[in-house]
Amino acid sequence: MQVTLKILRFDPAKDKKPHWETYQVEAEPWDRVLDLLHKVKWYQDGSLAFRRSCGHGICGSDAMLINGRNRLACKTLVKDLGSVITVEPIRGLPVEKDLIVDMEPFFAAYRAVKPYLINDEPPPQRERLQSPEERARFDQGTKCILCASCTTSCPVFWVNGTYIGPAAIVQAHRFIFDSRDRGKRERFKALASGSGVWRCRTAYNCTEACPREIPVTQLIEEVKREILFDHF
Amino acid sequence: MAHRHEVIVVGAGGAGLATALYAAREGADVAVVTKLYPTRSHTGAAQGGIGAALGNVEEDHWEWHMFDTVKGGDYLTDQDAAEVFAKEVIEAVIELEHMGLPFDRLPNGKIAQRRFGGHTKDWGKAPVHRAAHAADRTGHMILQTLYQQCVKHNITFYNEFHVTDVIIEDGVAKGLVALELATGELHLFQAKAIVIASGGFGRIYKVTSNAYTLTGDLQAILYRKGLPLEDMEFYQFHPTGLYPLGILLTEGARGEGGILRNALGERFMERYAPTIKDLAPRDLVSRAMYLEVREGRGCGPKKDHVLLDLTHLPPEVIEKKLPDITEFSRIYLGVDPLKEPVPVMPTAHYAMGGIPTTLWGQVIKDEKNTVVPGLYAAGEAACVSLHGANRLGTNSLGDLVVFGRRAGIHAARFAKDADYHELTEEHLGPSRERIERIKNSTGKEKVAVLRAELQQSMMDNASVFRTGELLQKQVEILKELMDRYKRISIDDKGDAYNTELVEALELGYLLEVSEALVHSALNRTESRGAHAREDYPERDDENWLKHTLAYKVEDGKVAFRYKPVVLGRFEPKPRTY
Repeated sequence: MQVTLKILRFDPAKDKKPHWETYQVEAEPWDRVLDLLHKVKWYQDGSLAFRRSCGHGICGSDAMLINGRNRLACKTLVKDLGSVITVEPIRGLPVEKDLIVDMEPFFAAYRAVKPYLINDEPPPQRERLQSPEERARFDQGTKCILCASCTTSCPVFWVNGTYIGPAAIVQAHRFIFDSRDRGKRERFKALASGSGVWRCRTAYNCTEACPREIPVTQLIEEVKREILFDHF
Repeated sequence: MAHRHEVIVVGAGGAGLATALYAAREGADVAVVTKLYPTRSHTGAAQGGIGAALGNVEEDHWEWHMFDTVKGGDYLTDQDAAEVFAKEVIEAVIELEHMGLPFDRLPNGKIAQRRFGGHTKDWGKAPVHRAAHAADRTGHMILQTLYQQCVKHNITFYNEFHVTDVIIEDGVAKGLVALELATGELHLFQAKAIVIASGGFGRIYKVTSNAYTLTGDLQAILYRKGLPLEDMEFYQFHPTGLYPLGILLTEGARGEGGILRNALGERFMERYAPTIKDLAPRDLVSRAMYLEVREGRGCGPKKDHVLLDLTHLPPEVIEKKLPDITEFSRIYLGVDPLKEPVPVMPTAHYAMGGIPTTLWGQVIKDEKNTVVPGLYAAGEAACVSLHGANRLGTNSLGDLVVFGRRAGIHAARFAKDADYHELTEEHLGPSRERIERIKNSTGKEKVAVLRAELQQSMMDNASVFRTGELLQKQVEILKELMDRYKRISIDDKGDAYNTELVEALELGYLLEVSEALVHSALNRTESRGAHAREDYPERDDENWLKHTLAYKVEDGKVAFRYKPVVLGRFEPKPRTY
């Protein structure tokens, strides 16, 4: 089938602002949007810039706004989109070139919640014990691939770039609810601040955007509750 | 711009991050130079587990793990490496748990373990539960956990920097040159010790489980400089690539009870490996699948694949223990593994060969184990040689933690007593020249066209089954492609995020590693592990129980030396399962 692919392009060396380019691409229904982008880059215009690596939804490189929704280009198939497809960079992060955005603010928010196990007790000789139920308590957050689909779909984040955003809160959740972790209160410093969880307006965009099907909004609410009932 | 760090690690997958972490713990000033953001690295795509004789589910011993690794490697495995590995991987898994890795748990709270191909109890009598796992995203969790620890230790990262040169003068490693993707600027990195942990090169093949970015950059850079690559002829095809894309479906699916079937519905592995059947090592299973297809028992309208049947497993096992691969099958094929079997075919997966090293990751340059001071390698980029002629499932994740840790510790200690070497802007010259040549070229050849020809021809002539005739043909094809590569041109002449330039550089690396692989494969006139020569179907211990060291002479010309295999506990025996 023939697909009309519209891509929002921007070259900082040439352009003042982004503009749309349209490409005609021959595609199969089961092709990934990433395949279409490759067809353009490899056979029509080599200057098209986008990030990608694994090609099957595990590495988190290729989150894009596709037909108006944040998705991974490698996990979105032509058959689910139709014959006109629009691709734009994810929103709320500075565009560097074409579909590539500056990820540094996103990773700064990630680092702010101390995304690592905090436990200064001397570990046992063998593994720390954890029941399957305790392990299941934080399972959802462990699926996160840091693709930024959630954070860059959040209207609060678009307006206020200092909001740490859903992805950082999901990372915090993964440790707060891990029975082995002792660092909850250290994380609350970032989470309970003016740029923390209370900015969330429960728009639910994050949950709908997550390509890993993490119930992001629910996890944010659980973190809010934990702060309320534990801290004050 | 110039930078200086005591230890610089190239690559931020599991091996690179483990190296960086342990070097930092030794007190060294460490930086990681990586062409991706660290969490994008392909360790994150590893699924099934990390094998260690914890004995949490049933009796197990490191000696059994060592034996399985040596036998799995068709006795080309260096047994000193296998011994170090089988012992230390137990400690490594415990340390990962202490770092916070969310392993799945048994009811008693211990780390859960599952069966995996080639891992057995009692010296091969039956499959054993050895693979510690976190659902089917164990690699993802290892990558995340190691990165979290690097954040905690405040390790410096140069993200999206493409290494274009390793500076080696007077036989000593002195630094690196890297292209900053964001600006197009070349940076000079001065280091006392450099650790190469940049992963594999599955993209030489058309069908692969590997990321687009796995192009053997650093192997090729060292090979061009006259350093050897070891055992490149041994390249693993993972049996269960999702057909036709080649996306990995974990061996853990068979570990949980999945069965491979041909068009007649037969469990054909019973014929090839009567004792452990579908859990035979990967080289055997991939060959069996090719043979089934070749003999007309393939599935689908083209009769060109087989089926992975999970339909007899309890749905909760599939949903809980194999959620990601279930999703891959549903999304990319529209096949629900709960209800129907999944089309699969072998997919290019893992290089057993690579940059030769000692047990501490020091890069060596000849059969006498002469070390290149200041240069280290770990993970898939390296060849220690733990995996011999065929790697067992899960041993790659174990490899990168065990030998990443060793390389990190040794590099940090080496750096303590070493001095920095003088580097100047002139060291940027060769990289600048290479980049300018590509940018300014008006040649008619296109990167995508050449790369597609390379990948198809490597698949046709140098994949699961090989013959002298086809390999010779591929030698000629590579010569022609290398010649045409000199005439490639690109559209993007800009500096910022010139990903087209990157792909052009990467194609050059793919051609180099392909050359080393094909020449080594043509040279080895026996069949061993993943190297199956139909014109030499038997293993030949008398002549070939030795490692290949391939040295580039010029395009199309490779010289060979040989390194003895370290034997010991286990005498080479016929390999049956």
